[in-house]
Amino acid sequence: MSQQPPNWASEARWKKIAIWVTAGSFVLLIFLTFDTLSKTSVGGERVRAYSVINQEIDYRFDAQKNRYMPVIGKEAPLFGKVVTEAEAEQLVTLGKKTVQSKNCMNCHTLLGNGAYYAPDLTKAWLDPNWIDAANRENLMLTFLKDPVGNARANGSGRRMPNLGITDEEAHGIVAFLKWMSAIDTNGFPNNFTTINAKEQP
Amino acid sequence: MSAILSTLPGKLTSLFAFTESPHLNGGQKLASKYFTVAMALFVAQLLFGLLAAIQFIWPNFLFGWLDFSVNRMVHTNAMVVWLLYGFIGSVYWFLEEESGTEIVGLKLGVIAFHVLTIAVTVVVLVYLLIQTGPGKDASIWFINEGREYIEAPRWADIGIVLVMLTFFYNVAATFMKGRWSGVSGVLTLDLVALAGLYCAGMFYLTNITADQYWWWWVIHLWVEATWEVLVACIMAWSLMHLLGARRKIVQTWLYIEVALMFGSGILGLGHHYFWIGTPDYWFSIGGFFSALEPIPLVAMVVHSVYDAGVHKFKATNHPAMAWIIAHTFGNFIGAGVWGFMQTLPQINLYTHGTQWSASHGHIAFFGAYATINIAFFYLAIQKWRGNVWMGGELPDNGWKWKWSIGLLNFGVLGMTVALLIAGYEQAFIERAMQGSTWNAYFAAQDHPWFREAMVWRTLFGLVTLGGLGLLIWDLTTIGKAEPRPALVLAPRD
Repeated sequence: MSQQPPNWASEARWKKIAIWVTAGSFVLLIFLTFDTLSKTSVGGERVRAYSVINQEIDYRFDAQKNRYMPVIGKEAPLFGKVVTEAEAEQLVTLGKKTVQSKNCMNCHTLLGNGAYYAPDLTKAWLDPNWIDAANRENLMLTFLKDPVGNARANGSGRRMPNLGITDEEAHGIVAFLKWMSAIDTNGFPNNFTTINAKEQP
Repeated sequence: MSAILSTLPGKLTSLFAFTESPHLNGGQKLASKYFTVAMALFVAQLLFGLLAAIQFIWPNFLFGWLDFSVNRMVHTNAMVVWLLYGFIGSVYWFLEEESGTEIVGLKLGVIAFHVLTIAVTVVVLVYLLIQTGPGKDASIWFINEGREYIEAPRWADIGIVLVMLTFFYNVAATFMKGRWSGVSGVLTLDLVALAGLYCAGMFYLTNITADQYWWWWVIHLWVEATWEVLVACIMAWSLMHLLGARRKIVQTWLYIEVALMFGSGILGLGHHYFWIGTPDYWFSIGGFFSALEPIPLVAMVVHSVYDAGVHKFKATNHPAMAWIIAHTFGNFIGAGVWGFMQTLPQINLYTHGTQWSASHGHIAFFGAYATINIAFFYLAIQKWRGNVWMGGELPDNGWKWKWSIGLLNFGVLGMTVALLIAGYEQAFIERAMQGSTWNAYFAAQDHPWFREAMVWRTLFGLVTLGGLGLLIWDLTTIGKAEPRPALVLAPRD
């Protein structure tokens, strides 16, 4: 083994490569971050305005894009009341803060991230488990406020514990879930049959 | 009250008095404290993981008292924190030797250790006793931030950053006073990135897409970039120390690894941006760069095995060397292979958010990070006992360390395979066949393949716990009555 390594394996050369590669990757990431954040700001095509909770939301297969896409439909105000963008933001914010404070993410996944002890909440608003669109809001509110008393039968025996969610917080969570279901998640989850599809296939 | 407060520092110091040893330098004394807390948190990680695993089998177990969410949070948080304690301890351990001078702010370092340990204790007690709060900012500031892995409330975040800055000051200033090297240069720059990235997780956003975008900056750019480089530095130093590997070769490898790790890992971040609402150009960027992420890990295997071979496996510390080898293979298989298996969007659409990820998480964190910390614990205990012999021919043939490394690796591998089977089953039944509704989710959870996998996972968890018990027994007894001094390797710089 010779004492002097060949030029391509020299320490000084790899030091330079390490610095340039790291710096270059980081600069690219910064550029992409600016672009991504501008494309995912609230009110855009990918992340809808909070007032989207005033409308019907669905999730259907888009033949042109060859994947599932959120579909924003006619007016369908949450809790029967049309809200302004500011009111909607306040409600969704309360929901998001409650979701964080109650540590939902350590049983559920949101946008597929979190723990795997309970179902994904990305399209919870659209889940056929809520029977039909007319009863959905009330079922969700009732369940959130007393999940033990309203536990739905499933073979796993798993239940959601009572987390002391107030009526106001429950309204916020439902608003947050409805708003989140309108985010364009590039087709995740795939092949999802929504509550609406069940009603109008 | 004030009397209690004034005696508190003394009491805390005496709490760690048993970690004192006359054979250590200042940094190593501080490192011993870090390692001790790390081991305690390692035990907590396994115990709370076991509780969560049991709840998958018997959901009524501790229901309403210590729910799955709490156990799982303590399980993952204890892991993150004990690994960090191990890393900080390892750096303090070699800081004086590597810089050739005494640590500049050792007293500050000792204070920071106590502050961090008190903060961690308070955070865990709040997790266990208060658990959740109302949907207000105050809950996020004082109880639980509710974001996986970095649930620590905001006050603790600020404390963590301050402690990290103290640590960074000690590292940078000590090298500045003493001498710089390739290892110390990479280490110092890496610590800047590590502390800076944590700040990306310290603000509230209602927009969950932007929230998760920044959240992954912390999680991914720590675990799949800066932590990897940090352990590469620790491994570089360990190989020189254990095998007498030449600095020039080790440092060249370190630069190669940095180039490959940051070159693949920084943009590899994109594999977390497939489904959170971010644009679909991340499919190509995330898929491509994250698929390259295993390459530096292969390089590490080649590097460590080659070095060990060149030195004919003549190492100063056999248990540590064995754990270093376990680290390189574990890092490659756990982080590299298991990560690669589900990193392309075409498969990730079905595996994202299933036990497949839990399988990857278990073997990757253990293989990449727990192993190197355990290697360092063995290096530390050797010096702590007065630099005693820790090569071959240990009393009782060293059965304790051999069985503990075997049981820990076998246990984690078993859990990983069990979780992978559960993940396959979920990906097929819940995702591909039944379309991811809640009914589909429960259909997959109730399937015998899933239920059996959860039982196997728990059994292998018990094996892992047995391995940990043996490891603690070994670390508290190895080298105790050893009269032979450690093997001395001729210095080759």
